[in-house]
Amino acid sequence: MNVLLVNLGGLGLIALIVWYFWLSSSSAATAAVTAGGVQETRIIVKGGYSPDTIRVEAGRPVRLIFDRQEASPCSERVVLDAFGLSAELPTGNDVPIEFTPTEPGEYEFACQMGMLRGKVIVS
Amino acid sequence: MRDPVCEMKVGAESLTVDGYPDVGFCSEHCRSAFTADPGRYMVNAAAGQGVTAAVSTTKEPALVGAPAAGSVGGDTVHLAISGMTCSSCVATIEKVLAGTPGVLDARVNFASEEATIEVSTASLDTLTAAVASAGYTAREVSDDVDAGDIEAEERDKLYRTLIRKFWFATIVGLPVMYFSYPELFPGIPAKGTTALNLIWAAMALVTLPVMLWSGSQFYTGAWAAFKHRSANMYTLVATGISAAWLYSTTALLFPGLFPEERLRDVFFDVTAVVTALVVLGMALEIRARAKTSEALKKLIGMQAKTARVVRGGEEIDIPIDAVVVGDIIVVRPGEKIPVDGQVVSGASAVDESMVTGEPIPTEKTEGDTVIGSTINKTGSFRFEATRVGKDTMLSQIIQMVRDAQGSKAPIQRTVDKVAGYFVPAVMIVAVLTFMTWYTFGPSPALLYAVITTVTVLVIACPCALGLATPTSLMVGIGKGAENGILIKSGDALETAHRITTVVLDKTGTVTMGKPSLTDVIALGSVDEDTLLVLAASAEKVSEHPLGEAIVAGAKDRGLTLSEPETFLATPGHGIEGTVNGRMVVLGNLKYMSEKGVAAGAAESILERLADEGKTAMVIGVDGGLGGVIAVADTIKADSVAAIRRMHELGLEVAMLTGDNVRTARAIGAKVGIDRILAEVLPEDKASEVTKLQGEGKVVAMVGDGINDAPALAQSDVGLAMGTGTDVAMESGDITLVKGSLTGVVTAIELSQATMRNIHQNLVGAFAYNTLGIPIAAGVFFPFFGLLLSPLLAGAAMAFSSVTVVTNANRLRRWQPSLVKESAR
Repeated sequence: MNVLLVNLGGLGLIALIVWYFWLSSSSAATAAVTAGGVQETRIIVKGGYSPDTIRVEAGRPVRLIFDRQEASPCSERVVLDAFGLSAELPTGNDVPIEFTPTEPGEYEFACQMGMLRGKVIVS
Repeated sequence: MRDPVCEMKVGAESLTVDGYPDVGFCSEHCRSAFTADPGRYMVNAAAGQGVTAAVSTTKEPALVGAPAAGSVGGDTVHLAISGMTCSSCVATIEKVLAGTPGVLDARVNFASEEATIEVSTASLDTLTAAVASAGYTAREVSDDVDAGDIEAEERDKLYRTLIRKFWFATIVGLPVMYFSYPELFPGIPAKGTTALNLIWAAMALVTLPVMLWSGSQFYTGAWAAFKHRSANMYTLVATGISAAWLYSTTALLFPGLFPEERLRDVFFDVTAVVTALVVLGMALEIRARAKTSEALKKLIGMQAKTARVVRGGEEIDIPIDAVVVGDIIVVRPGEKIPVDGQVVSGASAVDESMVTGEPIPTEKTEGDTVIGSTINKTGSFRFEATRVGKDTMLSQIIQMVRDAQGSKAPIQRTVDKVAGYFVPAVMIVAVLTFMTWYTFGPSPALLYAVITTVTVLVIACPCALGLATPTSLMVGIGKGAENGILIKSGDALETAHRITTVVLDKTGTVTMGKPSLTDVIALGSVDEDTLLVLAASAEKVSEHPLGEAIVAGAKDRGLTLSEPETFLATPGHGIEGTVNGRMVVLGNLKYMSEKGVAAGAAESILERLADEGKTAMVIGVDGGLGGVIAVADTIKADSVAAIRRMHELGLEVAMLTGDNVRTARAIGAKVGIDRILAEVLPEDKASEVTKLQGEGKVVAMVGDGINDAPALAQSDVGLAMGTGTDVAMESGDITLVKGSLTGVVTAIELSQATMRNIHQNLVGAFAYNTLGIPIAAGVFFPFFGLLLSPLLAGAAMAFSSVTVVTNANRLRRWQPSLVKESAR
């Protein structure tokens, strides 16, 4: 009986892990448009990117302002591979990254080791 | 007092201007600049106090390649503010700053403790003073070095904290480990006794702070990741050590829940010791990772701080930021050249090794270019600044290295995909391990299930995987910069190790790119030196490059030339003139017969010289045959050795040239080229590269980056040869600062060494995880009765990522083979 319960619980846990980490998607933030027509979002870097999904429109300049609030070396650099951009993120300094996406699609950004991830959804 | 124009400190005896009692000037130049437009330099002119210069700083966003769109008007100054305790301080500081003359707008961020100020004329001093007047302190955050220092400080702080946490966990962990094994160690009360239960209860209490303080970053890190629906190393460690502690505490407090006596065991040692080991590993990793960017830090540290410029006829020291294009700068022996420029007077030898990798100092005289931050060795000279600030070669190199270090090698994209699934996958394996042991394991099954699950969680090391590529890339690209090889991206670095064919553009790459005198053969009564004097003197007024080569060749031999009395050039054929009363004709055979010079005896010599790839001319003196003079584009000193090394590396070497086949073969044979692509028009260079790629070759194109840019772009890896300050950084994937083929070899070798290092790291990290996790899950148990201790698993995990970074740091000792050879 116990064995059955433990195994059912285990399977349930596995299903939960699969769903939570791989299948579900987190909520996306839509970038605000500044007076200059730039789609701007502030991203807090602390154990991850908050927000980690940013919606923008194609053809308009995008400015992501990264604000790293930790000293852990894991997040010391952010890489936007699709745009060929990267930047060092000194702790406590705002680092803006600007680009203009032309094609709709999903573009990942991540730390240099690919552990912390986020994405820009261009529509 | 400060000179408001150049910002130099000046004394009370300095020059003054009527009406501005608090202002002094270092020189007449500054004073006249001030009187022309005082408003430009005075911030608080009306008040006549707190005089400062209107120098403002713009913080460059730390990125490259992005379009510089959407920037705001005026200059932006960033100040780090300390002393803010609440958000109302923000309003106070903003108000004070906005009320300061010369400030357009000010915003203060409480969280980042930073003020962003748009300024028109206000200086840094004014701004910091304004912040101070409100009771806070401000410090500029714009300089690269400063930013690096702050980062280093933060890193040091983190390191020290981790080390403290490690010691605490160790001091608690050792006795805890001792009392965890009553069967193993002497002097411990037997299991089941009240005495031991009391000791264990004490252990539960003392390991709690270990878990929650020494291991706090595991929980905060795991939680932050969890909120983002991701998981990382912290998730695994936090789950592992918590599971061990919770099981032990439950067994201790509620023994009734565990029917079997043997299940009532504790693993407080796992919690304490694994925490200690992982924290130590993190600390060591921070230290090791700081070293990976050392090359870049060295480059940044190389920048000069001040420059001695001539202003108003006087030499004054000014901060490097104040140097403008056109300034005349004085450099004395042993000093650093502050910015890029061109020598206007004086001569010296300059050590350019920090930029070009060339160890031998370069002679500089009037008209030569000098590179900022290189070191003047012997003489004094003056030069005119041509590039300052972020336009200097060093600034561009720093920017390029920084970008390249942040780029990804294609191999990492694969790793990234794996990394995205890794941690949740390990969690699933851990659950499966628990289920398997609980269902099929020997008694006490629950105990085994808990231990193996904790071991699986603790042994998996996603960090080693993640660190494998970027750390090696950082060191490799930094190492390149140290050797005068600027690699634009991880892509270029990775592709360079797969090259099978190197295509060299002949002119300017294999050869110097300009002709020089090679042969003087006397065939008549006039001796060689006299022939050369006559030919060179006649050519003195000619502007033809061949003529220039003959003149330079005569000067090199120490001959004294005369002014020609008459001179007549027939373009494409030759020249004639009178030198020291003698009739001199110089040209091809046809020209000789036109001038009535019988040159038949020279014919065979001309042919032989042409076979050697030289351009030969006949010289006639006073109507008779004098001899033959030949010039050729000379091969660069190190081309032969470099091409030999390319062959040793197993590369096919091709040469691309517009020359005729005969000349091309002659040069090709001298340097050892495998394949000659001759008579190629400049516009067809790229299609020759395409043809080679069509044969399945991975092609590296080496050129000067000016007229072969399309071929460089077409090739798999384009290597642009730079000379002096004219580094054509845009055109190549890799730029060789020093224009020699040795750099090509070094670049390929460096790429191979770096990729080897990356492979070692990746293979190590993959093997570690794919072997370690099953062993931790207990695959050996059914066969050998072997189980891995969670303590060992913790140690293995902690040191696997340190090993990866340490292996990457091994690359720092790498040396190009041609340098090693010449050192012998």
